[in-house]
Amino acid sequence: MELSAEERRMLAGAEGEAVRRALSYQQEVGRFFGATRFVQVTNAHMMGDIEVLGDTGLGFLQEMRRLGARARIPITTNARCVDFAWADRLGQDPGECAKERRVIEALQGMDILTTDTCINYQTLYQPHFGERVAWGDTGTCITANSVFGARTNFESGPAALAAAITGRTPEYGFQLDRHRRGSFIVDLSGAALEDLADWGAVGKLVGESHQNYFAVPVFTGLRRVPLADELKHLGCALASYGSMGMFHMIGVTPEAPSLAAAFGGAVPPDVERMTITDSELAAVYRGYDLGAGDARLVVFSGPQLSLFEIKRLSELFAGRRVAPGTSVFVTSSNGVISAAAKLGYLAPLEDAGVAVLEGVCFYILQNLSPMRERNGWRNMISNSAKIVNIIGAHRFRTILRRTADCVEIACTGALR
Amino acid sequence: MTTPLAVIRLDRAFGPVTEGEAVLSEEGFSPRYDLDRWTGLISKPGHKLEGISIKDRICFFPTAKGGIAAGWAFYDIKGKGIAPRAFVFGVTNPVMVQGAVLAGIPIAEGWSEDPRRVLRTGDWVRVDPGRRVVELLRRGAS
Repeated sequence: MELSAEERRMLAGAEGEAVRRALSYQQEVGRFFGATRFVQVTNAHMMGDIEVLGDTGLGFLQEMRRLGARARIPITTNARCVDFAWADRLGQDPGECAKERRVIEALQGMDILTTDTCINYQTLYQPHFGERVAWGDTGTCITANSVFGARTNFESGPAALAAAITGRTPEYGFQLDRHRRGSFIVDLSGAALEDLADWGAVGKLVGESHQNYFAVPVFTGLRRVPLADELKHLGCALASYGSMGMFHMIGVTPEAPSLAAAFGGAVPPDVERMTITDSELAAVYRGYDLGAGDARLVVFSGPQLSLFEIKRLSELFAGRRVAPGTSVFVTSSNGVISAAAKLGYLAPLEDAGVAVLEGVCFYILQNLSPMRERNGWRNMISNSAKIVNIIGAHRFRTILRRTADCVEIACTGALR
Repeated sequence: MTTPLAVIRLDRAFGPVTEGEAVLSEEGFSPRYDLDRWTGLISKPGHKLEGISIKDRICFFPTAKGGIAAGWAFYDIKGKGIAPRAFVFGVTNPVMVQGAVLAGIPIAEGWSEDPRRVLRTGDWVRVDPGRRVVELLRRGAS
């Protein structure tokens, strides 16, 4: 890699051991992908919670802090695994919760904003066209690249942290023009796409059949202007099922004013074309194994809900009660939950018996497997295609349903 | 040095030379979606390798799934002593590489030939990132 004078000084340790380690780590990653230089970034977003860090990761953060690591650009944190107000009720491990506090302390000690949200792009920071950032979770990346026209790779916890410490990232992947061009066309003109779950189901169909970080689907045939939450569920599902980092939507996303533009000039004559209609989406919903049909767990999470999603749920749950024996969880950020409380959207949810958790995401909750066993949860029903995919290692049988159907299942205890 | 029984060339690779028992998967991998990060067993119901341990193995996966978790998770499983000796992917994503580099686990991407045509689970293989090759050293008991 070509290094600037400043980068050479950093690697020589002139800015301290933490900076030296961070840049040399980034250099190794850049080398793998054939990056020829570093590019400056303006914002970072990182995952860091005890469930995924483990003791080794916590030790790493504490050591970096001890070595004087400090963010030189604004950096925020993703959802974490403990909402301290709920930890006892959920039966989370007190020792691990104490470690989670030490994680937060270590992060704050490096001037990291512990915002605990995976929807930073809806609540905290909206990069402008062409802006280079270093973001992880995958949902934040695909939104940055696709919806904002900003530039980022999937930057996992240590990579985003390193980017914040050095203010740069290796230039590879979606930092480069050549990887941002469309790979195949998906025609959605035969799909009504009325619910958020339908958008997630599109992401499942496209992602599962094209698992490749560098595959960039180009969507055409939209019947109406999509809403931000719809693009959120689509992007999160593409990133989850397909490990994809970018999509285009003709007339909607900034690098796709036309089909030709989305392909970087001209559509290749032999380009792959895929069609998704209502009947393929219906087949997705029909395709889930319902097991014995238990409806003991309904989850609205992964990604955290926007204020608009909470408002809708609040209306659907108003005046109803969650069925006996069923648990319902909603997760969002402090900002969204505070606004929802102020606007009166939380009370109907809480009156219905819905648990509203702050700063977490359901699938990363500390102690989730034991929690599942203790509560006898076997099926997990959600309107989020992403969480339906991602929670597998905890041995849930997962089922995607539309938002209003999820509420109906939650309040009747009957899964269809 | 023993003459390898077969050689697969790799497009990109990181880490020191390592040897171990191969585990071949038809399905992609994510430590978040598929792995019990306390035992090292593939735990996702229905995964093609469900119930198999990745500890000390050289794991061949066609694709990477998801997910941002691998960045920390590989370091974590290394600390817990349940990490594989190397990852070899057909197609990977940056998170797997970021995680493997942090943990010091060799990782490679892109193969000249589908390993499932050349290797079987249980075979003893060497991954040499510097020379960008996987070499079959001896057949496992079948």
